[in-house]
Amino acid sequence: MAAREVESPQGDVVLRAEGLTKVYRTGEVEVHALRGVDLSLAPRELIVLLGPSGSGKSTLLNILGGLDTPSSGHVFFRGTELTARDEAALTQYRRHHVGFVFQFYNLIPSLTAKENVSLVTEIADAPMRPEDALALVGLGERLNHFPAQLSGGEQQRVAIARAIAKRPQLLLCDEPTGALDSATGVLVLEAIEAVNRELGTATALITHNAGIALMADRVIRFGDGQIVESNVNATRRPARDLEW
Amino acid sequence: MVSPGPPRSFFQLRALERKLLRDLWRLRGQVLAIALVIASGVAVLVMSLGTIEALRETAAAFYDRSNFADVFASLKRAPEGVADRIAEIPGVQTAETRIVRFALLDVEGFREPVIGQLVSVPETKEPVLNRVMLRSGRMVAPGHPDEVVLSEAFADVHDLEPGASLRALINGKLRTLQVVGTALSAEHVYTMPPGSLMPDEKRFGVLWMGREALAHAFDLDGAFDDVSLSLLRGTSPEDVISRLDLLLAPYGGVGAYARKDQLSNWFLMSEIDQLANMVTVLPTIFLSVAAFLTSMVLNRLIAIERSEIGLFKAFGYSNASVGWHYAQLVIAISMLGVAFGVGLGAWFGHGMTAMYAELYRFPFIIFRPSLSVYAIAAGVSVGSALLGTARAVLRAVRLPPAEAMRPPSPTLFASEGIGARIERIFDQPTRMIFRQITRFPARSGGSVFGIAMAVGLLVTALQWPDAIDRMLELYFFEAQRQDVTVGFSEVKTSEVQQSLARMPGVFAVEGVRTVAARLRHGTRSRREAIQGIPEHAQLTPVYDSNRGVVELPSEGLVISRKLSEMLAVEPGQMITVEVLEGRRPVFDAPVVGVFETNIGSPAYMRSDALHRLMRERPVTSAVHLRVDRDQEPALFAALKKLPAVSGITLRRAAVEKFNETMARTIMIFTGVFALFSATLAFGVAYNSTRVSLSERARELATLRVLGQTRLEISYILLGEVALLAFMGLPIGCAVGAAISWFMATSFETDLYRVPLVLEHATFGMAIAIAVVSVAISAAIVRQRLDRLDLIAVLKTRE
Repeated sequence: MAAREVESPQGDVVLRAEGLTKVYRTGEVEVHALRGVDLSLAPRELIVLLGPSGSGKSTLLNILGGLDTPSSGHVFFRGTELTARDEAALTQYRRHHVGFVFQFYNLIPSLTAKENVSLVTEIADAPMRPEDALALVGLGERLNHFPAQLSGGEQQRVAIARAIAKRPQLLLCDEPTGALDSATGVLVLEAIEAVNRELGTATALITHNAGIALMADRVIRFGDGQIVESNVNATRRPARDLEW
Repeated sequence: MVSPGPPRSFFQLRALERKLLRDLWRLRGQVLAIALVIASGVAVLVMSLGTIEALRETAAAFYDRSNFADVFASLKRAPEGVADRIAEIPGVQTAETRIVRFALLDVEGFREPVIGQLVSVPETKEPVLNRVMLRSGRMVAPGHPDEVVLSEAFADVHDLEPGASLRALINGKLRTLQVVGTALSAEHVYTMPPGSLMPDEKRFGVLWMGREALAHAFDLDGAFDDVSLSLLRGTSPEDVISRLDLLLAPYGGVGAYARKDQLSNWFLMSEIDQLANMVTVLPTIFLSVAAFLTSMVLNRLIAIERSEIGLFKAFGYSNASVGWHYAQLVIAISMLGVAFGVGLGAWFGHGMTAMYAELYRFPFIIFRPSLSVYAIAAGVSVGSALLGTARAVLRAVRLPPAEAMRPPSPTLFASEGIGARIERIFDQPTRMIFRQITRFPARSGGSVFGIAMAVGLLVTALQWPDAIDRMLELYFFEAQRQDVTVGFSEVKTSEVQQSLARMPGVFAVEGVRTVAARLRHGTRSRREAIQGIPEHAQLTPVYDSNRGVVELPSEGLVISRKLSEMLAVEPGQMITVEVLEGRRPVFDAPVVGVFETNIGSPAYMRSDALHRLMRERPVTSAVHLRVDRDQEPALFAALKKLPAVSGITLRRAAVEKFNETMARTIMIFTGVFALFSATLAFGVAYNSTRVSLSERARELATLRVLGQTRLEISYILLGEVALLAFMGLPIGCAVGAAISWFMATSFETDLYRVPLVLEHATFGMAIAIAVVSVAISAAIVRQRLDRLDLIAVLKTRE
């Protein structure tokens, strides 16, 4: 299917969403997960999406990441409309431009840390060396360990290395510290911060932990499928100074 | 009408039972695949056991109803008074004499000569032994010497109903016989013309005639040439036979034999034995693979349901009830397979029994497997499945509740040693395949085993037609070069060869002297004719299936490997030959050679040496002819006028018949087994892939999120089953060769030994069928990969 190319009216935007709605039907009940969301993300920007569970932030992230399609509205990636494209094109979008970090790491247990990263670099256009990606997240020493031999924080940092090794333009993190204690969580956030700062990757981070919001350029609060508040932080606080 | 009460569910299921039903439904694809494999084993079991039972019971009932004799003996001629002396032999219950002779028949509209076996029946009463079972018309009447009752198969094929007539050359006299009835006999369930291996109802028939009429025709008034005995319960036939042989020796007895050596019965029993052999080998393979598959699925289910198991226990369910819950699942799957299998087996059994009913002549044949057949099938299947899954069930039982509710610790993979160095040249997805296989060696091994067994069974099934073809080729074409064999009821001087050579279209003649004898070595003995053939025999030389033509030394016996085994004799040792005809000399002859043959257990000697030992002039029992096919009609017309002929065998007719009967039977068997084996390959591949998918759905969905295409993740999942199948193929070929070898040696009967013929094409075909089955199962599972839920995997933890 040919993609419909639409020029973005604004200049330097990585990702732009316009009027996104998402309605799930389960039996007789209609659930409005998103009720008209507009959002854009600039290069080098780090935004934090805050909100109670069920507020629609994960649905938004899935749509931005090309895993789901909205019921209405549009998503533009670098001026190209994603919402008009087919499954195969979305796969290519994820493959080359998006990095995902999951709450439960989702490492491949049969591959070592380095191999988990190689899994992505082998199919990317201009990737980093897996060793460099792991060094960036502070795991240069544990290259040949299997996931079962790593702690939770280490596993999550491998996942971050795997997400950014392809040099994505967009890094999407869904509750990356949700399964970790705060000390380990800080290490993981530091890794995300380092990637955002050193590679300039536009980053969206979902959390229900307000303490993390201080590291963002912009904080977006979700409620009942809508953006209820959007604040720009005057200064970003370094991740290592966060506490919760 | 009574007013209905409040609605009440008929099925008041308890929670665990409801869970069981839902599990079965959720796992329906895998349940079905396992059930099909079990069904294949059960079907073979029910089909074979049922057919064996049908044949055994039918034969027993028929033998019983017709008072089938226990001992048989033929002789030249003895006065009727001898019958009383026979009846006095200890252990004999009844002795009944009769006349059995051969005649050449001329059937209207049938060009080739037909051999008729004339068997006498009393005109005024029913025979006591070997009663014939009338199928149409009536028995012969006293005072009507030309009346005959025909064997039903022969009458059917030539359309000879009561009222019809046929001409016969009886003891040199041409007579016209009136057909008054058709009948069946326990002696001729399997009706073979002399010198042939397959029943041939076109060229051979049994004719029951009045005793008076036959006695007149063969100058046997007040005398007999055949006797049948029934024995008292518990009497050993061997003792009776040796006394009977002694008694009949002066009257030209050619050696008595027991019912077990009676040709028709012997064939029937070998067939049953062969079926019994099949029952032991094949279902075992199917059911053990099914047990493995069930255990694989159950292990996975228990792994998924760890937290549920913990929950049950936390609620207070006992270990026993948790164990029973999973055992019930196994029983349900097996019973489903048993139900399919019993239906399928009964259907195939019906077909097979119908086929036997055509091949064998029984007045009735019933396929009605007893309850025990079904009970055995169900017991064996459920038992093997429970045994195979015992460890998995125990694992569920032993899981402590608290432990069970925690997620399992991640599997530790390893990459060390030589494997790691080899792995380095492959990409990550390929490494994932390798590590998955090596991390679960038992399961991977099981899948390889399953595929190997499927390929093995396919090889076994597909080599049968080749083996039978080879046997046919060896026996009828390489070893025999004659077109027609003419046998005589009495030996002829060698001049008969010249007169046959002058007949129309005859190129070459070769006489053979066949001597009925009992061969002894140590305590072992065997009744086997010695074939005397000329030096440099051209038409029927001694033919070793491996070495080709074997030249006979001027003295001594060259015997078949089978006979050497039966007598436990080796070249260089002596055999005692007790000749059962003529002057009945007894002599020792050295075994000078052993040769391999697939059919029978013959013994050969140079005819000149045999004549010397027999102290006789050169005489001939049968003559082989090589003829011009275009002149056959003229030749047949001439042969029909030849007196004292006991058999005319056409090689072409024998081959045709062999192909007709064997080819059809073998093709059906091959088809059924190929189908079952393909099911086996499918079941193994499908279950391995489904279990793998259920374990790795999260991993594969993650890869999809990371941007891998469907094709790329399919490679990881299906590559594993492809690699396992690939490993299974060569093993399967070896297994197939081994099973074929085992079947070829264990199916060896006195009558024939199927050679082991393994063509490259057989392996190729077996591999192709297995690969297609695996590919179909992969294609089905592949569709599930397209429906992976990419979003769910981001959130939930396994």
